[in-house]
Amino acid sequence: MPENVTDHAAPQPVIRVLDVVKRFGGLAVLDGVSLEVYPGETMVIMGGSGCGKSTLLRLMIGSLFPDEGHVQMFGRNLDELDDAGLDALRLRFGILFQSGALFNSMSLGENVALPLAEHTDLDRETIEIMVKIKLEQVGLREAAERMPAQLSGGMKKRAGLARAIALDPEILFYDEPSAGLDPVTSAEIDQLIMDMAGKLGVTSVVVTHEMDSAFRIADRMAMLDAGRIIKVGRRSEFEALRDCPLTGDEETDLVRQFLRGDSEGPITARRLSTGYERDILGGAGF
Amino acid sequence: MNRRPGQRNLVAAVGARALGGIAYLGGMALMLAQAGRWLLRGIANPKLRLRRGPLALQMVRVGVRSVGIVSLVQVFIGVILALQMARPLEPWGQVDKIANIIGVAGFRMLGPIITAVVLSGFAGASIAAELGTMVVAEEIEALEAQALSPVRFLVVPRVLATFLMMMLLTIIADWMIALGGYLTSLAVLKPQVYIGYWERMRDQLRVRDFVSGLIMAGVFGLLVSLIGCYEGLRVRGGAEGVGRATTMTVVYSIVGIIVAACIFTVIFYVYRF
Ligand SMILES: Nc1ncnc2c1ncn2[C@@H]1O[C@H](COP(=O)(O)OP(=O)(O)OP(=O)(O)O)[C@@H](O)[C@H]1O
Ligand SMILES: [Mg+2]
Repeated sequence: MPENVTDHAAPQPVIRVLDVVKRFGGLAVLDGVSLEVYPGETMVIMGGSGCGKSTLLRLMIGSLFPDEGHVQMFGRNLDELDDAGLDALRLRFGILFQSGALFNSMSLGENVALPLAEHTDLDRETIEIMVKIKLEQVGLREAAERMPAQLSGGMKKRAGLARAIALDPEILFYDEPSAGLDPVTSAEIDQLIMDMAGKLGVTSVVVTHEMDSAFRIADRMAMLDAGRIIKVGRRSEFEALRDCPLTGDEETDLVRQFLRGDSEGPITARRLSTGYERDILGGAGF
Repeated sequence: MNRRPGQRNLVAAVGARALGGIAYLGGMALMLAQAGRWLLRGIANPKLRLRRGPLALQMVRVGVRSVGIVSLVQVFIGVILALQMARPLEPWGQVDKIANIIGVAGFRMLGPIITAVVLSGFAGASIAAELGTMVVAEEIEALEAQALSPVRFLVVPRVLATFLMMMLLTIIADWMIALGGYLTSLAVLKPQVYIGYWERMRDQLRVRDFVSGLIMAGVFGLLVSLIGCYEGLRVRGGAEGVGRATTMTVVYSIVGIIVAACIFTVIFYVYRF
């Protein structure tokens, strides 16, 4: 846990992102990102839409690889692993995708059963029981027979979570778990995330831009902006920052504006100054 | 070097196109190799065995839905062949040879090729649309993140099903062309065309006529399904990408079918097969 970080028995981070640069078509979406996630903690990564949160998550799970820098999980460089090594690692983490990403051609129960059938030697009855347990954990045991197309957005997210925990992972990744959900459903999902962390002791990495949800679930938080992490810290630090008056320091005020959801501040100021006049005045500027 | 910049750009553009084309073919060859490897691994290791359910599902999807259209189209091909041959053969007193011509043209080429064109829509485009939609919905990433291979789960059953159904449909198609010719001659042509029609066709056809058509059908089936899978899995950017993938699948499939047919015809001709 972060409290112990300075102790002599400091735990090794389970995930370590080291100076990662990721470009798409020459444009650096991530431009020197470093981040460590420690065992058992819930790390919330925040940032504006399109700032590269999902990209960072994809780099952490080895579905994308960095152009520069490294990503380590359990002390191993993902880019040095071969397919088999990567697959072995993939069994140790689960991921809830932004859209749920259930397999549409399979029922809910079959979705959860698939990783169990493929990666374990359990017989069919045991798998059925496991599926029921996993679905019960997310409150969907009754819906096992339903097809994904028949589920609401919140149910899809929960079903995706049931699938993600099928193999009892050590790390869970969540991409915008509460985006597009009503406040109550969103709070329910947050509760599930906390349950997973509390009861199962998993390490969680949550990407979100819902501040209420972030403050509910986080142990530590990180703010991603313009391709870099501009602040990492405990939840209490971020809470203090949210509630303090303006500091005058650009980056700090930027984080503060994001946390508070203010309509005025460095983020909006930057938006206004980047090329707006140039666009309007045909490149003449002032 | 006194090339003008425009020429250089043209050379660069042609070069880039050529490289892109080679990369495309390479990517498809790689996918075929991976699919083959998974198939072999499935034979060796019961845990990885290709399940009958998904294969049957794909075979029904590809075959059962298209058998009606394939049959209908091929009957018309038979009608066209019979009518078009009748006039030029008449002055030579050779109209009875219509059966021989339809047999060779149908079994060797038109059966497989027209069936493949129909399947480029029924199988290729629908595979591309389905896999492309799965890409957009992050389902492919979800498979990979669970250490499950999309090639094994999605590509192998589709390619195998299309390969098998393409050959089966071609056998049906061959007979439909023959039938179309026969019915046409019954309806509008002289008795010497339809009397002894089937006997003349049987005497004309060698096993190799039938087999060479089936070989081509198999190759076309692989082509169409591989292009569909490849286009579908490389979809980027939402619904628009899916639409583009389906269109390109049909375009590339038809080009691929014709080119492959030409190559095989040359080979069969040279080796007198
Ligand atoms: N495969 C890709 N090819 C090209 N560009 C990409 C690709 N993936 C992401 N991008 C670009 O990278 C940027 C960051 O994308 P990303 O999905 O990581 O953002 P995000 O922070 O998750 O946004 P959101 O909050 O909307 O989910 C975007 O501008 C996006 O267009
Ligand atoms: Mg995202």
